[in-house]
Amino acid sequence: MGSMVFKGGVHPDYHKDLTAELAVSTMKAPSTVVIPLQQHIGAPCEPLEGIEEGARVKMGQKIADSSGFVSAPIHASVSGTIKKIGPYNHPLGRPVTAITIESDGLDEWDENVKAAGDIESLSVEELRKVIREAGIVGLGGATFPAHVKLSPPPEKKIDYVIINGAECEPYLTADHRVMLESPSDIVYGLKVMIKALGAEKGVIGIEDNKSDAIKALEEAVADEESITVARLHTKYPQGAEKMLIQVTTGRKVPSGGLPLEVGVVNHNVGTAVAITRAIREGKPLIERVVTVTGAGVNQPANLMVRVGTLVSEVLEACGGLKEDTRKLIAGGPMMGLAQPSADIPVIKGTSGILALTDLDVSITESSPCIRCAKCVDSCPVQLLPTSIAQAAENGLFKQADKLHAMDCFECGCCSYVCPSKIPLTQWIRIAKAEISKAKNK
Amino acid sequence: MDNKFVVSSSPHIRHSESVQSVMTDVLIALFPVAVMAVLLFGYKALITMIISVVTAMLVEAVWLRKGNIFGDGSAAVTGLLFAMVLPPSPPWWLVVAGAASAIIIGKQVFGGIGYNIFNPALVGRAIVVVSWGGHMAGRIWSQPEPFNFMADISAVTTASPLAGQEEALAVSLTQLFVGNVAGCLGETSALALLLGGIWLYYKGHIDWRIPVGFIGVVFLMGVIFGGGFYSGHLLTGLFHVLAGGVMLGALFMATDMVTTPVTPAGKLIFGIGCGLITMLIRFWGTLPEGVTFAILIMNAVTPIIDRFTVPQQFGGVKKSA
Repeated sequence: MGSMVFKGGVHPDYHKDLTAELAVSTMKAPSTVVIPLQQHIGAPCEPLEGIEEGARVKMGQKIADSSGFVSAPIHASVSGTIKKIGPYNHPLGRPVTAITIESDGLDEWDENVKAAGDIESLSVEELRKVIREAGIVGLGGATFPAHVKLSPPPEKKIDYVIINGAECEPYLTADHRVMLESPSDIVYGLKVMIKALGAEKGVIGIEDNKSDAIKALEEAVADEESITVARLHTKYPQGAEKMLIQVTTGRKVPSGGLPLEVGVVNHNVGTAVAITRAIREGKPLIERVVTVTGAGVNQPANLMVRVGTLVSEVLEACGGLKEDTRKLIAGGPMMGLAQPSADIPVIKGTSGILALTDLDVSITESSPCIRCAKCVDSCPVQLLPTSIAQAAENGLFKQADKLHAMDCFECGCCSYVCPSKIPLTQWIRIAKAEISKAKNK
Repeated sequence: MDNKFVVSSSPHIRHSESVQSVMTDVLIALFPVAVMAVLLFGYKALITMIISVVTAMLVEAVWLRKGNIFGDGSAAVTGLLFAMVLPPSPPWWLVVAGAASAIIIGKQVFGGIGYNIFNPALVGRAIVVVSWGGHMAGRIWSQPEPFNFMADISAVTTASPLAGQEEALAVSLTQLFVGNVAGCLGETSALALLLGGIWLYYKGHIDWRIPVGFIGVVFLMGVIFGGGFYSGHLLTGLFHVLAGGVMLGALFMATDMVTTPVTPAGKLIFGIGCGLITMLIRFWGTLPEGVTFAILIMNAVTPIIDRFTVPQQFGGVKKSA
């Protein structure tokens, strides 16, 4: 297994050597954390009763929740006093209501944080509940609430659970380090998922540029009959859900459909570890591994960071930024979001903080399309990026829809390869937004 | 730390390839072809190429009113390709007129690079063929004089191997492959063209579907309909592939990015169409050679091909209606 290769994709410079060898170190808890109430796909959370300015909270205490099914509660990542509840900058762009907590420096755990049991003792329902209550979301960056993915409609039979250890984004090494440092926790988390879904098989997919991680996980699954490790070809976007499922199971997620329609659920390696911590130690998701890297960072690192830590403080912990830093990105260089300033909090989905310099960021004018079709060849879902972009540019959104613009998951390969430097992905995003708008009318 | 950073839509990194680097790669691919042309036809071929390239670049620079003469490199490519489809030593004014037409009528009137419908070099050739047929067809083809740089090639003229079946017999396939036959400046040496084609394929600038479709159909139709000495033999197919402009057309003209389909299936259809029309003209048309018009006709239908060959998207279902 793992010999299959998906169509399209690109081979960017990976730059992973900046941090691949650096073990995860724990960043000192900051004196203040800013915890946004929207850190997941789905309904935003509301502060719980008693959570108001001046109130004291303990570490791991649930401070906000939502009644929506597709949502995940939020927990205090330090113990201390709530200073403010109000809008704050958010990595996704628009300010979001956030709870600012001034730490008392004690890191005093909430009394509700205790081991729930283990795989054997907990029922499927209890496992899902523990995962929900721990506020676990997809840590690969998509931040989809984990308990929702583990509660498929009963008529959908899930046979495969795939753990995504591809980490195909250049620069990022957070998942790589987690795989090296906590392989048995990943396997435990996977077994929890298999039980929750009533699945038969587990596959851990890892790109073959991380041989050491493959080895670590192969050793960790040596005694597991139903779990295998798949060595994946190194090619971006190997870690995209559809590509990963295709190369590990041979199944194609239908256009517009979800993985569960082909009997598959997948989760990131970090999510698996978070689930393990929640089950075994009762710990909610209040910290995560973040790769702080790029030529603009003085001391690149893989850091365990409390959720709500300001990116500016994370950067200071890494020796600050170099003068010629031009771009600051939350996430990787292919799909991450450029940030206007470092005054944003680390959230559950922040897998990386990337500082690019003038050399990396060549901002050039685009020139007319020469129809070289390199975007067509690079598209992992076989679209015609140049035609969709052209339709969007001319306001022909129906035409863009006919060309399956909605199937684009914005991996960025087309823009990456374009010799004319046309922002194809951006045009397709515009087309998608307009198509959705028209459909929701 | 309140730095303000550049904000833009992802992806934040780009491949280093640019239009200029792509065009430079095409020029590199044409280098063995140009060297072979000089080896075969001497200094006159070199002069033809220089006039054509310089004219193309100058005309484009003047048209666009820009100081950088090389620019994105596309004018140099057009100029060199246009020289490749001329006789080795045409009058200088014919080269100038053709190269200028290639740039202006072939490309700039449509809006410049990326917007032209027809292959500019072939538009240039079509214009000089129609305007000065006496210089472009008939018994004016210079016989190569290999390794004689100072050769006065216009002294000895002969017909191109395709001009008549009986003369075609006299040409061995090995000579055709190396290029030691009468013909256009850059079309005779399949060997040099293949080297260039392999380079372009290696660099990812051409797709296999167009040349394979083109050459495949020429070969098959050559075997089935070809007459003359090799009649009914596989070698007739090979003769039709190697003689005339098929190799140059299939590897360098029909693979022009701007004027050919972007869809994988469309590329194959485009190649097959070029092969088909080339052979229709060769066997049943009034011209001895059909590559130029085959490609130009297929250029014209490229938008339709693209429209009807949109690939099935990942996980998509074919619509039954």
